[in-house]
This record gives sequence, C-alpha cells and structure tokens, in this order.
Amino acid sequence: MSAQSRSVWQTALGAVAALAVGATVVMALFVVPADGGRDAFVRGTGQGDAYRLLFLHVPSAWLAYLAFGVTALASLLWLFPRTRALHWDLLAGASAELGVIFTGLTLALGSLWGKPIWGQWWAWDARLTTTAVLFFLYLGYLALRRVGGSPEQRAMRSSIAALIAFADVPIVHFSVSWWTTLHQDGSVFNAKMQIHIQDTSMQATLLLGVAAFTVLYAYLVLRRVQLLAVEEGLAERELEAAIAQRVAAAGARPREAVSI
Amino acid sequence: MTILSDALAVAGKDLRIEARSRVTLGQILPFGVLVLLLFAFALDPQSRLLPNVAPGLFWIAVLLAAVLAVSRSFAVESEHGARDALRLSGIDGASVFLGKAGAIVLELLALEVVLLIGTFGLYNVNVRGLEVLIPTAVAATCGIAATGTVYGILAAGLRVRETLVPLLVLPVTAPVLLGATRAFDDALTGSTGDAWPWVQLLVVFAAVYVTAGIVAFESLLEEA
Repeated sequence: MSAQSRSVWQTALGAVAALAVGATVVMALFVVPADGGRDAFVRGTGQGDAYRLLFLHVPSAWLAYLAFGVTALASLLWLFPRTRALHWDLLAGASAELGVIFTGLTLALGSLWGKPIWGQWWAWDARLTTTAVLFFLYLGYLALRRVGGSPEQRAMRSSIAALIAFADVPIVHFSVSWWTTLHQDGSVFNAKMQIHIQDTSMQATLLLGVAAFTVLYAYLVLRRVQLLAVEEGLAERELEAAIAQRVAAAGARPREAVSI
Repeated sequence: MTILSDALAVAGKDLRIEARSRVTLGQILPFGVLVLLLFAFALDPQSRLLPNVAPGLFWIAVLLAAVLAVSRSFAVESEHGARDALRLSGIDGASVFLGKAGAIVLELLALEVVLLIGTFGLYNVNVRGLEVLIPTAVAATCGIAATGTVYGILAAGLRVRETLVPLLVLPVTAPVLLGATRAFDDALTGSTGDAWPWVQLLVVFAAVYVTAGIVAFESLLEEA
C-alpha cells in the first residue's frame, strides 16, 4: 500500500471513530430514557440520569482490558523467535499507553458515578480495586519502557514485564473479590445500584459505545505506533550524526596540532 | 541435579556476602523494625486499633524491606563486573534465579521472625496459630522473593533502579499482601480454618512467579 492511500485509510478510520463517539454521546445524552424515569433518583426507584455514565464507563473499561490484552499478545509475538520483530514491541508499548489512559478514565468516571449512587467517591468494590492495581501495574511497565538501552534490550525487558503483569491480573482480581466478599457490608450495594437495561435503545447505545471506543482505539494505536517508529528513526539518525561528528573532530585534531 | 547445586552455590555466595558486609543485618532489619515503630506512632498507641491491624502492618513492613533486599541483591552484582562474571560462569539462568531468590527468601524469613517478635511486643498481639503462620509466611515470602528477583534483574544496571523496583514490585505483590494479611488475621484470631484458602492463593502466586523466573531469567541475564 502506498503511503498516500495508507494515510487516506487512516484519516477515514479517524473520521469513523470521531463520528461513532459523537453518535454515542448524542444517543447517551438525548435518546435513551432515564433509568426508572426522570425523578427516579429522588424516589429511589432507579438511577435517573446518573446511569448515563455507563455509556462511557463500560466502553472505556472494555478498552483498557482490550489494550492490555493486545500488549500481552504483542509481547508474546516478540518473544516467540519466529515472529520476532521490533514493531510488535512498539505495538505493545503504544497499546499499554492507551490502556493506562483508559484505565485512568475508567477510574475517574467510576468515582464520578459512585458519588451519587454509592454515596462515596471510592467504594472498595472488587472490580474497582482490581482496576486500580492494574493502573499501577502498567504505570510501572511504562516506566520500565523509558529507561533507555537499545531497542532490542527494551523489547526483551518490557515484553517479559508485560507478561508478568498480565499473569497477575487474574490473581489480583481473584484475591480482591475474595477479600471484598469477606469485608463488604451490603449497604453499599443497595437496590439503587441495579440498572435495568431492558430498553432496546439502552442496549444499542451501549453496543455503539463499545464499538466506537474500539474503532477509536484502533486509530489511536495505529498513529502511536507510527509516531514511535519515527521517534526511533530520529534517535538512530541523531546517534549516527553524533558519531560522524566525533569521527570528524578526531580526524581534525592532529592536523591542528601539526599547524601549531 | 546441577540446577539445584548451582542454585545453592549462588545462594551461598549471596548469603556469604551478607554475612560479611552485614548490610541486611545492619540496615534492612532495623529498617523493618523502624517501620513497625512508625506505624504505631501514626496509629496512636493509646487506641485498641493496633492489635487488629497488626497483620497488615506486619506485611507492609515485610514488603518494604523486601524491596530493599531485592535492590541490595542486585547492587552486589552491579559492582566490579560481577554480573558479567555470573554470566560467564556457565551457570544456567534458572539456577541463578533460584539461588538469588532463595537467598532473599532466607533473609526475609529471618526478618519476619524478628518482626513477628516486634508485633508481639509493640502491638500487644497474642501470637498463636503457628501451624498457619509458618506456611503462610513461607508461601508469601517465596512469592515476594520470586517477583522481586525477576524485576530486580529487569532493573539491574539501570540508573533509575532504586526508584523503579518499588513501582514494579509493589503492585504485582498486592495479592500477596491481601492473602498473607487475611491468613495472619485468621490465624491470630483463632479461626485457622478460614486461612487455608488464602494460603492456597499464596502457593499459586509463588508457583506462577517461580516458574516465570525459571523460564525467563536466562534471557534477562543475557539481554537486559
């Protein structure tokens, strides 16, 4: 594929992502009905308008898990000798960056949602706690990616770290949900927490949101991988230029010495 | 078994260095006890809170000390080209991993004995249920040491090693902190039966990361 047609495809992908996210916003804010009716929240029969956060919260949580899954898969492909290529490492890095951003977004949205519904910004709910641990796990992974060394060294280090982190996710989830079932008093999870997604427009909006965020992820990860590849090329060129300069300087010095 | 005898040689080397340099004994051990003391300051010794939260405080102190022990374990390899020597010695990566992790396990277990006496003395905890406490401590310590050793070699030789190791090790070991705290709590309150599922979780965690270390260490030793 030529560079031009590739950029056309990319722009199209970006446009689809923007349109889909825009459509999700319109659907979630104006089309779907409030949970249990407008004044449901006051009457205690449902969440009212507060539940509309669902249409952002669930897609961003899905995206976070998708992104970390892609990071693990790309790391595996780099570790496997027959598929070893540096672009897998770039994909792993780009995907992890998006994963961390969307994990952060999920936590922020969850807190905003939790305040009216649970009455507190942060409940020690199993999924919430797992997501928080996940956030720090991959923050560490991103920090490890930035420590320098050759691209191959970075790829080896970070691919193993990615798999270690990924293996931890089910253990964290398991231990945390066990821990919360022992400790959680039922008061936090009252009837208000239940949302009744029976309305077809609600289901459609949720699906649209998930699809929109997935397209957005594909677009962002593509652009980020390209940017990382360009950055890598730039670093290499700078290194070559610096070496050439040193060689030239070393070659020049003896002649100066002779002239003195 | 050359793997095991090589591992013993590596562990023996690390423990001999510690016996002579006294860094673990003279710095990491006092640090752990100091953390226990600081928790007591923070939580007000007048209250009845301390005996109730003692298991969690104990394991946080162990984790913080473990981070130091891991950093120390790889600091000794970074001087005088010791890591290159280790690589050239012909010892398999799996043995190096088992040896270094094993040495950390022994150091941490010694630390835990002291800290347990510390919680007994400082937090007024009645130490009982040893038949649960000991397996919990061994399984949790194996898990902590295994993850710590893998991340230690990942970060070894980096300028940012001291700051990177805690950020990498502490989130991964979050399930260990949860599991070990719950199991200790159950043991100390006398409901030992509730503790066994947590001990099983700790054993699974340790098994996963010991396996990961055995598999991955050779490449990390070579490349990173």
